[in-house]
Amino acid sequence: MFDSSSIIVGLEIGTSKVCAVVGELSDEGALNIIGIGQAPSRGVRKGEIVDAPAAEETIREAIVQAEAMADVEIRSVYLGVTGGHLRGFTNHGVHPVVSADREITQDDVDDVVKNAKSVNLPAENSIIHAIRQHFVVDGQTGVTNPVGMLGARLEVDVHVVHGNTNRIHNAVRAVKGLQLEVEAVVYNGLAASLAVLTNEQKETGALVIDLGGGTTDYVVYMDGIIKHTGTLAVGGDHVSNDLAFGLKVPLGRAEALKIEHGTAIFDAAVRGEMITFKSASTGFDRSVCKEHLQLIMAARLEETFQLIAEDIERAGLLNYLGAGVFLCGGGARIPRVADLAGQAFGLPITLGRTNCINGIKAALDHPEFATAIGLVRFGSFQQRKPRAGHPLAQTVKNTLGSLFRRG
Amino acid sequence: MNTDQTSSLSIRFLGVGNAGAAMLDRLLARSLPGIGSAVIDTDEASLAACAAAEKVCLEARTFRGLGTGGDPERGRELAEEQFGRLKSLCEGAQVVFLFAGLGGGVGSGAAPVVARAAKECGALVLGFVALPFDFEGARRMRQAERAHDALREFADGVVGWPNQKVFKLVDESTTVADTLRLANERMADGVCGLWRLLTQRGLMDVQFTDLCAVLRNAHQDAFFAAVEAAGSSRAAVAAEMLLAHPLLEGGAALAGTSAVLVGISAGANLTMAEVGRVMEAVNSRCGEAQVFVGAAEDATLGDRLHITLVGARPGAAAVEPLEAPKLRRGRPAPGELESEIEPEFLEKRATPRPRSRYVAPRPDMSPDQVEELARRQASGNLRGRKTNAKMRQGQLPLEIVSKGRFDKSEPTIRDGQDLDVPTFVRRNMVFN
Repeated sequence: MFDSSSIIVGLEIGTSKVCAVVGELSDEGALNIIGIGQAPSRGVRKGEIVDAPAAEETIREAIVQAEAMADVEIRSVYLGVTGGHLRGFTNHGVHPVVSADREITQDDVDDVVKNAKSVNLPAENSIIHAIRQHFVVDGQTGVTNPVGMLGARLEVDVHVVHGNTNRIHNAVRAVKGLQLEVEAVVYNGLAASLAVLTNEQKETGALVIDLGGGTTDYVVYMDGIIKHTGTLAVGGDHVSNDLAFGLKVPLGRAEALKIEHGTAIFDAAVRGEMITFKSASTGFDRSVCKEHLQLIMAARLEETFQLIAEDIERAGLLNYLGAGVFLCGGGARIPRVADLAGQAFGLPITLGRTNCINGIKAALDHPEFATAIGLVRFGSFQQRKPRAGHPLAQTVKNTLGSLFRRG
Repeated sequence: MNTDQTSSLSIRFLGVGNAGAAMLDRLLARSLPGIGSAVIDTDEASLAACAAAEKVCLEARTFRGLGTGGDPERGRELAEEQFGRLKSLCEGAQVVFLFAGLGGGVGSGAAPVVARAAKECGALVLGFVALPFDFEGARRMRQAERAHDALREFADGVVGWPNQKVFKLVDESTTVADTLRLANERMADGVCGLWRLLTQRGLMDVQFTDLCAVLRNAHQDAFFAAVEAAGSSRAAVAAEMLLAHPLLEGGAALAGTSAVLVGISAGANLTMAEVGRVMEAVNSRCGEAQVFVGAAEDATLGDRLHITLVGARPGAAAVEPLEAPKLRRGRPAPGELESEIEPEFLEKRATPRPRSRYVAPRPDMSPDQVEELARRQASGNLRGRKTNAKMRQGQLPLEIVSKGRFDKSEPTIRDGQDLDVPTFVRRNMVFN
């Protein structure tokens, strides 16, 4: 049995599956994945819990599986959240340096960050992350650590991710109902990006798209910091739903057809080809047109990428993604999805592989585990530097406190 | 450019009935300058409690002071009896804001009469009406709908406030008094915002006619919301609050809207970028809707930024001209019927209806049956189908697209589109 303090568990309550990943932080600070548990999700729609008892049941299954594999008792988790209610925006803070010698101190930094964090949110919302970006000292941009510099005016941007308190609470309550503690609530897109990007890619500029079952989360890094985040409450479920409607087949069958015959780009060679299957209800053979299946699917995926591209273009970041686009989540497994994304973004596309983590290699290769592994990584930052000034770690400690205060 | 350039528009607030008096009271508590006010009711106690400058008791001679008993017809009769007095209330007013709760006796019966009186005095009339809670029953709702229709005939615009929506603003522990106060408070916020826009010459002016243009033909589905924010990123926050407003159904209401009026007010530090940011958020949700923007400076707001949004969805009244008064009210002479119905149903639509995605399959018929059908069509002797124009049925412009598993979930609206509707449907992709 390991000491519980070195065990970090990431829990992602997804629309299609619940996934718990157990990581172990060695004394040297290396992260090792030692267990994974997953269960098909129930009671979750568009990334949010709609049936708490059913969701709790699947969380329990995933946790039990992860505990058995890692041979540990899980007591607390880092919980991933997503949903259409999440929003991200960047806020600016300004602070005049008043000391006689004009040297910027840690207090000045704390003050300017505090200013930038004081945002007016709708009453029912809470901040999940307030991620510090670069400082500006007297107009000099791109300062990463202004302490010790001379200046009269200190500015900073903070990227704030916030969401509906009650809806976030629903996920937290489901976990707490299983007698598990929630160490922190983490935005899924952020977690996925932590799992797949190297520091160099973050510096060069990268977009990470987590194509989930119910939502698509995306995060843009530039110069090593998070510049933009977004959540689209559209995912693999929408593809299946479109197919069910367009091909006039039950939802379960649409799901199966998507997995078996789906592709992200329409292939003209399949014109006239039919897919035959036995109808579960009547027992008779039915057939659907493969061309239609591919066209319906391609239309949805193309639109999803287009919406993301438009959003990033609006934020003025599309031309700064030097390292390209990284796809993860279950949707990254769709054949030719990288080609489609390439057409939409005009950038190099990479299928996200989790890196910088050792352990069960087979698991690390699956793009759908990126978020849960990222959650473990997020937790490891916190445990390594509990009081240090890491911009992410700093934001964690108050997340839950603020959530519960509001509730 | 600012508050001291307040227009000389003469505005009068009239509250009709109990609910109208309560709404009026909320507004008068805000001491808006240059407003004339009056309350009209049958209940002496309610009149005495109201702070309005003038009070008209729809006297009790007809019903011996027993009120209307929830009967709109009685309310109407009482108001007609005092029509001259009502007209005198409206004399000299250029704009009349009329407040009433519909569904009961006085509000439903008297409000349309008051609107007519104001109209005859040459005022523009804007009605703000509260519609009953669902639990008040179908009868009351029907009465409210009828009164709403009657009011529309005389008012230039009617904004309906479904009381039911107030549930989205309160939690289970909120008392009845607090709930009603909150509903009135929200309505007062919106009215104040509109008043500010209409009366204060702003950086970007909004005229009363713009407001009427938004509301025209869409009274049934008019909605409005008002939000306020302060701080360095107040525009972004206010826009966010606006889109999350329960009365806009989380921004979804904007998706189907035909026209929107947005008024932005703040102190002297209102920037163009802030107006731009708010409008960007609104525009991203309303698709092709006609958008009117007003921006005004109001020193009393201090650091706060106030947004008022009025929108309208083309309701049934706008899509289908069902008024057809000739058909409903008088019985036409035999022989005239066809000439009246024909243009009604065969009239070309102003905007062509999109082609239906559903193409009925060819009926499975034997060659003999086909021949028989063709023969009967040629002879005009089609069994079972009456060719009488009376029975001709108009085609409803309905197109039902199932959202499948997302039917019951919160819609995902982006750039004015409901993303839960299959992409290929929205893109009108046709499969062979």
